[in-house]
Amino acid sequence: MSDPDAVEARHVVKAFGQGEVAVRALDDVSVGIRRGEFFTLLGPSGCGKTTLLRLIAGFEAPSSGAILLDGRDITALPPNRRPINTVFQSYALFPHLTVAENVGFGLRMQGKPRTEIETVTARMLALVRLEALAKRKVAQLSGGQQQRVALARALAPQPRVLLLGEPLSALDLKLRKEMQIELKRLQHETGITFVFVTHDQEEALTMSDRIGVMSAGRILQIGPPREIYTRPANRFVASFIGETNFLPARHAGGRVTLDAGGELTVEGGPEGRVTVAVRPEQVRLVAPDEPGALPATIRDLVYFGTDTHCHLALADGTEVVARLQSSASGDPGLEPGQPAGLRFAPGAVQLLGD
Amino acid sequence: MEEETKQARTGWLLSAPALAILLLAASGPLLVVLVYSFLVKGQYGGVIWTFSTEAWFEVLFTRDIFSDEVTLADAHLAIFWRSVKLSLMTTAIAFAVGFPTAWFIATRPPNRRALWLFLITIPFWTNLLIRTFAINEVIRNEGILNTLMIRAGLIERPIQILYTDTAVLIGMAYVYLPLMVLPLFAAIDRFDMRLLEAAYDLYASRWQVLRRIILPLVKPGIVAGSILVFVPSLGAYVTPRVLGGGKNMMIGNFIELQFGQGRNWPLGAALSMLLLAIVMVALLIYVRAAGRGTGHG
Ligand SMILES: Nc1ncnc2c1ncn2[C@@H]1O[C@H](COP(=O)(O)OP(=O)(O)OP(=O)(O)O)[C@@H](O)[C@H]1O
Ligand SMILES: [Mg+2]
Repeated sequence: MSDPDAVEARHVVKAFGQGEVAVRALDDVSVGIRRGEFFTLLGPSGCGKTTLLRLIAGFEAPSSGAILLDGRDITALPPNRRPINTVFQSYALFPHLTVAENVGFGLRMQGKPRTEIETVTARMLALVRLEALAKRKVAQLSGGQQQRVALARALAPQPRVLLLGEPLSALDLKLRKEMQIELKRLQHETGITFVFVTHDQEEALTMSDRIGVMSAGRILQIGPPREIYTRPANRFVASFIGETNFLPARHAGGRVTLDAGGELTVEGGPEGRVTVAVRPEQVRLVAPDEPGALPATIRDLVYFGTDTHCHLALADGTEVVARLQSSASGDPGLEPGQPAGLRFAPGAVQLLGD
Repeated sequence: MEEETKQARTGWLLSAPALAILLLAASGPLLVVLVYSFLVKGQYGGVIWTFSTEAWFEVLFTRDIFSDEVTLADAHLAIFWRSVKLSLMTTAIAFAVGFPTAWFIATRPPNRRALWLFLITIPFWTNLLIRTFAINEVIRNEGILNTLMIRAGLIERPIQILYTDTAVLIGMAYVYLPLMVLPLFAAIDRFDMRLLEAAYDLYASRWQVLRRIILPLVKPGIVAGSILVFVPSLGAYVTPRVLGGGKNMMIGNFIELQFGQGRNWPLGAALSMLLLAIVMVALLIYVRAAGRGTGHG
């Protein structure tokens, strides 16, 4: 048998309330998180990310299903008996304790000897670069510093798994970027399995080893960022992560006929009524009369600095966005109203069943 | 410079009414009591305007009428000691009952809290004497409690609760409970419940969560509630009188005795000052304790 996953959720259902008002926050969720990986739960607000995290931490019990840690069923264990720590969105630092006391709290509760608590606390404070603030009360810290204390506090007892419940959402953009890098570094240095929650797709793509995309209490797709981005399993994933052009079509034996007119050749994918998904950066603008190109008209041009978004209309009015890399002058040499031909980069077209 | 002195003078002038009231209403009567404690007692009550430290001497010592031998006034000390002991116990009972109550109220949905708080304060709107007699009715030998326990076959003969220290404790804890619950509620209400999960997540047991997180953070409420219960308990008069009977006096009753049957106003005045001093010391200790360890809130 292979190595068990660090954390596994097996057919987990979590319902809040009863009868008419019952909410299924999690609806048969199964996911295995590998040892030492940076795993991100990504999904829109209310999809059940926090609920799943709280179930893993032990703050809630599943309505049915099981939570496993290193292959052992821990569903019945309370949070204080799970070697799993959480970095809370609100940080939840203890205001009556100093920075060092906060960091040492977990070890103290475990009854570790004082010398060990002191050395580990010092090491953790060094890890998050807060040695100088050890004696401060946490109320006197900035948001970013509090964030680091929360991280050090959760890492100090060396948990098997670290849960991070949207800890970056309260920070401004610059600090957020810094903390993203910091988090990756910490994960690398400690080798602890991180389960991270976010509804920011860019954050998920840049930080994760693997992403679990959630919607309405279900996990829709699990995979590395590249796979999630280039091979979304369905329309929801494709639209939630990055921007995507969706074109209704019909597929039969490798030939796709777009409802808007025009044909494409693809390999594999579902047959019958399908949706063609193609990322804006995979759309190329060519001369209108080039053979095989889809005829379109330029509607609008939006300049974004590094690139320009070109909004086009196909023959039946379906809108397609092409992302063009900006030239040195920033002028794409295109005008609204101008006709253009569209080509999709080979292999960039994805067929999604309905 | 000129301007500042002028401002200071207007400041004094503006606070003059407040100062006058403080002086007349608070310090004035106290001063009278202080002066009386240094006078000679009158034959039928009242005072004779002659300076004497006899009253203060009597607080702690008795002089044998025949041999003039001086001994410690055991009876007085016993009353003081009982008062302090009963007040401390009252405070402890009020806390033991009040803390879970306050916690319960603070964790109800916000729209329900007002109702619970109102229920807690209902006894406040009732006359103290009536409340005390109600307790009397419950615990006396033919009262509700004993009758019920006899009916249920738990006991054969009524238990003597009335006119014991237990009765005084029950009565005072009941009467002063709201004074404990309200500040505790205010403190718990401000307590961030998310800290409980954080502590629980960091391997704290339920007991450790209570001791290491909850109690230190609601300490200001505990201190305030304890002061509010301890101070009036120490000077309680009605409750020990009605529930404790003549034998189980507390300082309040003893002072009253001196101004009444005892006809020893200077001793009563000296005892009053001593009570005030004990309260002040208690307050000081509490405030010190509150200031330490909790650098916030
Ligand atoms: N204690 C609760 N009682 C009732 N319903 C709840 C409770 N906790 C969560 N829910 C519901 O469960 C669903 C999932 O909530 P959850 O907090 O897990 O979402 P989320 O993905 O974390 O969203 P967000 O990104 O906004 O934090 C929501 O519909 C929410 O209303
Ligand atoms: Mg959430």
